[in-house]
Parts: sequence; C-alpha cells; structure tokens
Amino acid sequence: MTRFSAFSLFAKALGGHQSWPEQWPDASPKPGYDAIIVGAGGHGLGAAYYLAKKYGITNVAVIEKGWLGGGNTGRNTTIIRSNYLYDESAHLYDHALKLWDGLSQELNYNTMYSKRGVMMLAHNVHDVQSFKRHIHANRLNGVDNEWLTAEQAKEYCPPLSISPDARHPVLGAALQRRGGTARHDSVAWGYARAAAALGVDIIQNCAATGIRRGANGAVEGVETERGFIASKRVGVSAAGHSSVIMQMAGLDFPLESYPLQALVSEPVKPVFPCVVMSNTVHAYMSQSDKGELVIGAGTDQYVSYSQRGALHIVEHTLAAICEIFPIFRRMRMLRSWGGIVDVTPDRSPILGKTPVPGLYVNCGWGTGGFKATPGAADLLAYTMAKDEPHPINAPYNLDRFRTGRLIDEAAAAAVAH
Amino acid sequence: MLLIHCPYCDEQRAEIEFAYAGEAHIARPPDPSALSDEDWSRYLFIRSNPRGRHHERWRHIHGCGRFFNAVRDTVTDTFEATYKAGEPRR
Repeated sequence: MTRFSAFSLFAKALGGHQSWPEQWPDASPKPGYDAIIVGAGGHGLGAAYYLAKKYGITNVAVIEKGWLGGGNTGRNTTIIRSNYLYDESAHLYDHALKLWDGLSQELNYNTMYSKRGVMMLAHNVHDVQSFKRHIHANRLNGVDNEWLTAEQAKEYCPPLSISPDARHPVLGAALQRRGGTARHDSVAWGYARAAAALGVDIIQNCAATGIRRGANGAVEGVETERGFIASKRVGVSAAGHSSVIMQMAGLDFPLESYPLQALVSEPVKPVFPCVVMSNTVHAYMSQSDKGELVIGAGTDQYVSYSQRGALHIVEHTLAAICEIFPIFRRMRMLRSWGGIVDVTPDRSPILGKTPVPGLYVNCGWGTGGFKATPGAADLLAYTMAKDEPHPINAPYNLDRFRTGRLIDEAAAAAVAH
Repeated sequence: MLLIHCPYCDEQRAEIEFAYAGEAHIARPPDPSALSDEDWSRYLFIRSNPRGRHHERWRHIHGCGRFFNAVRDTVTDTFEATYKAGEPRR
C-alpha cells in the first residue's frame, strides 16, 4: 500500500499518475477465517479494521453481497452528531464522534469530516422546552450543545428564514458545534484500504445464504454464493437485511425494514454553511463539498426491501425545505434515491452478542447509522475480540426487549423517524 | 407511489389516501398476564419482516376509513391481494 502524502502525490505526478497501485485487492474467499463480518459498509469494514488494528485478529473476511459501500453507507445524508437525550445514547454516539476526530489521519485517507455544526430548529413552545432539556442532558454527559436565539440562528445560517410571519416561525435553535458531515464513500474506502493493508480479505459479490451452526448451537461459519467459509466468530453488520441474516441462524429479531429516501439539488456555489434539522416542519439539509444541497426526512410508511420510495414523501420534504428556506424555492433537484433501514421498536441499535455463541450483531441503527460508523465498528470489534460487550454497548443488548429496559430514543431523537 | 385496492370501496386508489398499519394477523393474547416475558416480548416486538410476501394492514383513512389486510411483495412492492378485515389469511 502506498502511503498517501504530499510527497507520494508529487512523486506519482512525475509519472503522470499512471503508477498508483490498486487501493485494496478484490479478494476471493479462503476456506476459513478467525472472524467473518457480513456486510461491507462503513460499519462492517470499520469493525474488520479495528479487529486487525486493535485486537491483532488479522485473519478476517468481510463478505458483501453487492459492492463495497453500496448500501446505506453510500445512500445516507452524511450527518454526524451526538446530541442524544439518554445517557446510554450520549455515551454511544459521542464515542463515535470522538473517533471521527483524527480518523482521516489514522486511516491515511481523507474522510472530509467537517465540524460545521448541526443546528436543530425549535418552532413552538414544546420544541423550545424539549431542546433545552436535551441541551442540559447533553452537557451533563459532556456533550456540547448550546441554545441559540432566532437571531443567533440566522447569524449562524444566513439562508434561514426567521420571519415571524412564517407558518412555523423559528423561536430558537440547539447547536452542536462538533456535529457536521463527512464524505460517506471515503469512510468505507478508507476503512477498506486500511483493513486490507493489515491483511483483511474484502470479498464482494458474495452474498451470505446461510449461517451454519454446530451440534452445540455455536456458529461454525457462513454459507455463501461462493461456497462455505468457516469461522467460529461471525459479526453481522447488514443494515436493512439484518433480520434476514439473523433468521438464517434461527433468530427472530425485533426489526422492521423501511425505505428511507434522500435527494440532492443541482450543485451551486457554497451557500449553506452548516447542517439544519427541523423536527416540526420535518426535513434536514446540508450542502456537500460538490455544491449539492443534500436533503432528507422520514421513512416511507411501509416495510420494504425495494430501495426506493414514493414521490409524495419527497414532495412533503421539499415543501418543508421551501417553508424554512424560501431562497431555495426555485432550486432544481437532481437525484433522489432510497436505502433500506432496519428500525427497532425503541429506535436504538442492537449491538453485541446474540443467543447463538460466536454470532455477534450490529444492527437496528434505523435512520441514523452513519454518524455512529467509527464507534459502532470499534465496539463490534471489541465485542467480537473479547466475547463480551464493552460497557458502552452493554445496554444495547437484545435482551432489553424482554426485560423492558428500553433506550427509548423514539421520541428523543432530533428528527422524527 | 403505490396504487392500493380498497376491498370496501372496491376501487384502486393512490397511496396518499391510505395509512399503513403494520403487520397483519397478530392477535393480542387473550390473557397477557399468563404469558411469559419471552412470549409477551414476541407479541410486542417481533415482526416477520420478510423479504417477499408480507401480510399487512392498511387503513383507507381518506376514504371509507376502514382497516383491511393486504399481501404485498416487499422486494417489488407489488400487491398480490387485498381483503377485508376478518377474512382468513391469504
């Protein structure tokens, strides 16, 4: 692997950039591995990287039914924040946020993490009270979040309309300055390259078709389209298809899969400096470094694996954007797409061991998994290496749906799911 | 946008007239307190979430207002059938 640096860039420029090696090899499956990760998105590739880097388990395969980073890693709106209400959530998401810092240096790959701030608009008394409660709870957990008046919000994000005549006037906002965006594809590519350099095999076009279990119930390996691959440790990080994979191991998971759409506008000059979310008017937006406005909102209403949704959902989202940002009313939209998100009943992930020995899971991130990528990857690797959850992900067990100890972010998250 | 046939109105209408209401044919246990935590958790939280045929409830909220059941393929989003509430599972 060529280390990326100003010097290597200069040296390769002398050869007209013709001699760059491939960033990682397209591996074929070996008969067995010390660990297998199902799903080569940011979460899965990251877990393989941390298994190799932190825990010395380098004989690892990441298997992927499509192409690397082609699922929700390549389909999300790249927003990063950690201002969740509950203690468990604050610890989990802030663990990820801390890892975003320095990730580009660690991977020697520019993830383009930009701390441009995530601002959540309050439109009514209930919003104001609930956001202030969030701010206080966040600060008690060491997570930055501050209250802005409407004027301060306008100063932070000039395109915002704070007209008192608006149908949903802006009464103030909560701002997490460490929040922001990152380049989603880069995260997958960076982890893939760094993991491959440590010896991890990344095997694309290799869908899992079964999970083989031995007489004692423990995992023995994964059946795939390209044959059986043996491993006593299997981590599932398959986003919308997690419940399908878990059923291969005979486990029913409390997950439902919904289409979540996003869209981008035509690219324009830099006009939008931060991320703005509005729960009440129901949309969120940022501007990518390419210049496109990146827009999203809630899921479609029905369970589906089709990776597309209905136009009226998009229309509803854009109506909200036009309401909050009248200057974008004549902006044309370029592309829209959908991804399949796995939603749990309490809108918090399931991350840890399963009732099947040797089978680990990282799923249920619903509509907000991208921000957690480095944290979830790190914690899945920890859990797989030690066969016990880290204190941060211990509360995110499957058993909480039996005990009732839910982490009920359904109402506490920033945007309705 | 889905086109959905309401078995009560006997008309094919646009999805915006309908509200999705989750998986169909999940009966509330007659005596919840007799259930183990395991079984109660199954009733509350476990859904089939299949890749393929899915039995689901819809409500014609901007029409007749009634609940009915449907079978839809979750990969193609094609409806195989819709039928009235109370009719046997298709």
